[in-house]
Amino acid sequence: MDFTYDDEQTALRDAVRGLVGKAYADYEQRRRATREDPGFDEKLWTQMAEMGLLGLPFSEDDGGVGAGPVEIGIVCRELGRVLAPEPYLSSVVLAGGLVSAVGTPEQRQELLGALSGGESVLAFAHDEPGHRWGAEAHDVTADGSGALTGTKDGVLHGARADVLVVSAVLPEGGTGLFLVAGDALASVERSGYPTYDGGRAARITFDATPATPLGASAADVTASIATVQDITRIMAANEALGAMQTQLGATTEYLKSRKQFGVTLNTFQALTFRAADMYTSLELTHSMVDWATMVVAAGGPAQVADAAARAGLQVSRAGRHVGQEAIQLHGGIAMTAEYNVGTFTAHLTALDHLLGDAGHHLRTLDATLGDHGVIDPLDRTATQ
Amino acid sequence: MQLALTEDDQAFREEMRTFFTTEFPEEIRRTVEEGRELTREQIVESQQALNAAGLAVPHWPEEWGGRGWSELKRHIWHEEMQAASVPVPLAFNASMIGPVIAQFGTQEQKEKFLPRTANLDIWWSQGFSEPDAGSDLASLRTTAVLDGDDWIVNGQKTWTTLGQYGDWIFTLVRTDPEVKKQAGISMLLIDMTTPGVEVRPIELIDGGHEVNEVWFTDVRVPGENLVGEVNSGWTQAKFLLGNERVGVAPVGATKRVLARAKELGAATLADDPLLRARVVELENELLALELTALRVAAHSAGAEPHPASSVLKLKGTELQQAVSELVVDLGGPATLASGEGDATLDWYRRSTPTYLNLRKASIYGGSNEIQRQIISRNILGL
Ligand SMILES: Cc1cc2nc3c(=O)[nH]c(=O)nc-3n(C[C@H](O)[C@H](O)[C@H](O)COP(=O)(O)OP(=O)(O)OC[C@H]3O[C@@H](n4cnc5c(N)ncnc54)[C@H](O)[C@@H]3O)c2cc1C
Repeated sequence: MDFTYDDEQTALRDAVRGLVGKAYADYEQRRRATREDPGFDEKLWTQMAEMGLLGLPFSEDDGGVGAGPVEIGIVCRELGRVLAPEPYLSSVVLAGGLVSAVGTPEQRQELLGALSGGESVLAFAHDEPGHRWGAEAHDVTADGSGALTGTKDGVLHGARADVLVVSAVLPEGGTGLFLVAGDALASVERSGYPTYDGGRAARITFDATPATPLGASAADVTASIATVQDITRIMAANEALGAMQTQLGATTEYLKSRKQFGVTLNTFQALTFRAADMYTSLELTHSMVDWATMVVAAGGPAQVADAAARAGLQVSRAGRHVGQEAIQLHGGIAMTAEYNVGTFTAHLTALDHLLGDAGHHLRTLDATLGDHGVIDPLDRTATQ
Repeated sequence: MQLALTEDDQAFREEMRTFFTTEFPEEIRRTVEEGRELTREQIVESQQALNAAGLAVPHWPEEWGGRGWSELKRHIWHEEMQAASVPVPLAFNASMIGPVIAQFGTQEQKEKFLPRTANLDIWWSQGFSEPDAGSDLASLRTTAVLDGDDWIVNGQKTWTTLGQYGDWIFTLVRTDPEVKKQAGISMLLIDMTTPGVEVRPIELIDGGHEVNEVWFTDVRVPGENLVGEVNSGWTQAKFLLGNERVGVAPVGATKRVLARAKELGAATLADDPLLRARVVELENELLALELTALRVAAHSAGAEPHPASSVLKLKGTELQQAVSELVVDLGGPATLASGEGDATLDWYRRSTPTYLNLRKASIYGGSNEIQRQIISRNILGL
């Protein structure tokens, strides 16, 4: 039982902070990067590749670094602290995670090698209009030859992506994964748009688009998708934690410096108590996110699914609490796009709806409520 | 970062679990599990059973019965005890005055009091609060004036929990009215059988008699009962109040009550998704709290407590109260029924007094507003 980073992990955190934290130390830089497509800084992305960050989750055989979830969580947390718009979560953790889980050795080497090297951006085309947060595809179908038809939406960085990983209903039922790249990708209709938090997403329409199965052949991989989504939920929780840390820091600084009625705002207990409650939410969330990250390292799919729902529920509640209070305690200034606090709240809102909000996680946890008397957080290894 | 306990800590956990579930008096555990009130005799028997096994005061200096455990082991001990429905050692003895005497007392005081305090041969009461000194404890007015070698004490303490069982009471008294209020306070140990000490009951909203007023009229206290220096009482008081960084949040006991609520209320829960959602939320919040307690315990080496420890009391009492509230809602009309002879109904029938009683948890031990003040000032620097 150890909640601290070892020396290498601390060094990694400092290095990421030195690179990404510095790049976006001035919030104006983030505004500039998100103003034009692709919505992030390609040069910084290359520097992240050079530092080995993009290959962290993947094995050395696949061109990666072979690091564990704690390290990936460190990167996500640091990105969250400055609201870095780079597609780490969507491209490396989610789409890359799927290739790593399902791909053949050749596919892994090719795709993950290029992803790790910063030469290729991946996106996971999964969400469909009218459906919410599952592991399954619904209306996008694959025919016997693997050609895809149907519409995906909310595909993060889907317009910029060099390779799409697409989920589709298989002819015999179940959900398979397919790769769309090169000429086939050029033929699909991709309409990209900015999201409210400065990110990028796309609506993508396939029409008998040729695709290659991810894996040796098209097969139902719903369970693998679910697990990679769960890991992504936990990494998104790390990102959200970093964002909340910044928001609390900004709020306390503001309360100490802003003057009204001739005194600084921290004179008013009505405000300092609310800041204390934000701190409480944040610390409880910190413990939960650390724990869930460790469960990814120690547990099997069932434990990871449970931890993802628990961290997801906690982060959803805390993210709304901290995000809303950060704006309120700042007053009008936080309503402006120029000031960073409000955009942090926007991004927390986006993360909340990426892979399931509190209500979604509540339903997941409700289904297993009868399986245990008390919860034992230390009993989370794959053999349990 | 590492989720698993070390082999040593894992073995320790097993050892604690085995002791509490197989060697501890069964009838007392049953009483706690069913939410019934413990008698004075049961509380004493319980602590003596723990003390005989070396498990009553593990956090004291080793010379006086401490075990030299890590904070993590203390956390495990505390959690396993609560999980097994074993009453935790009497706080007034084990967490409050014992450590103070061990730290500030004379050798004579240590020898006279510590072994009997650990074994609950002396039942201590806490005489800090007064009618006009609550959160602002330092404004206390009970006086002690020297008469030869003795102190003569006059005044009134209040809210004295289980003062009706008390053999001795540790008090804060004003020994210098001329100086800044914190600088004129001393700590005196008073034998409650001394002439002039009077304990008067206060009835609480749950109908129970748990607290008292304690009046002092010309009570003669030997000078040797002063703890530390004259006028240094505020130092001891701060030590006592700040000392409990591990174990302030009753996580294990609250988890146990929630699990029992799920068990006894299974039929109701099966039909009511809204109540189930509350259970899920509470379980999750308790998990976050437990993990925070673990995080604090695993990293509280040295004198400085982990800053997150300040959220434990605040959130721990909120959840303790929220679970008691859920139980009342789960019982619904059964909380009004008499239900003699039916274990489920009997449990529900006690649930509203428990819910009402637990409103105290966010008032005492530094109210939750005072906890917010500590967080905003000391941690956030506001
Ligand atoms: C059941 C029970 C058992 C107890 N047992 C003991 C015992 O054994 N021995 C003992 O010595 N004492 C005991 N106490 C007393 C307890 O420590 C006090 O009740 C506590 O210190 C609060 O004081 P008060 O009740 O006078 O409330 P007050 O201090 O008058 O507070 C009233 C309200 O104002 C809030 N408040 C106070 N100051 C501030 C501030 N600066 N900023 C914001 N809000 C503030 C409080 O949080 C509370 O909500 C017990 C109390 C109870 C209820």
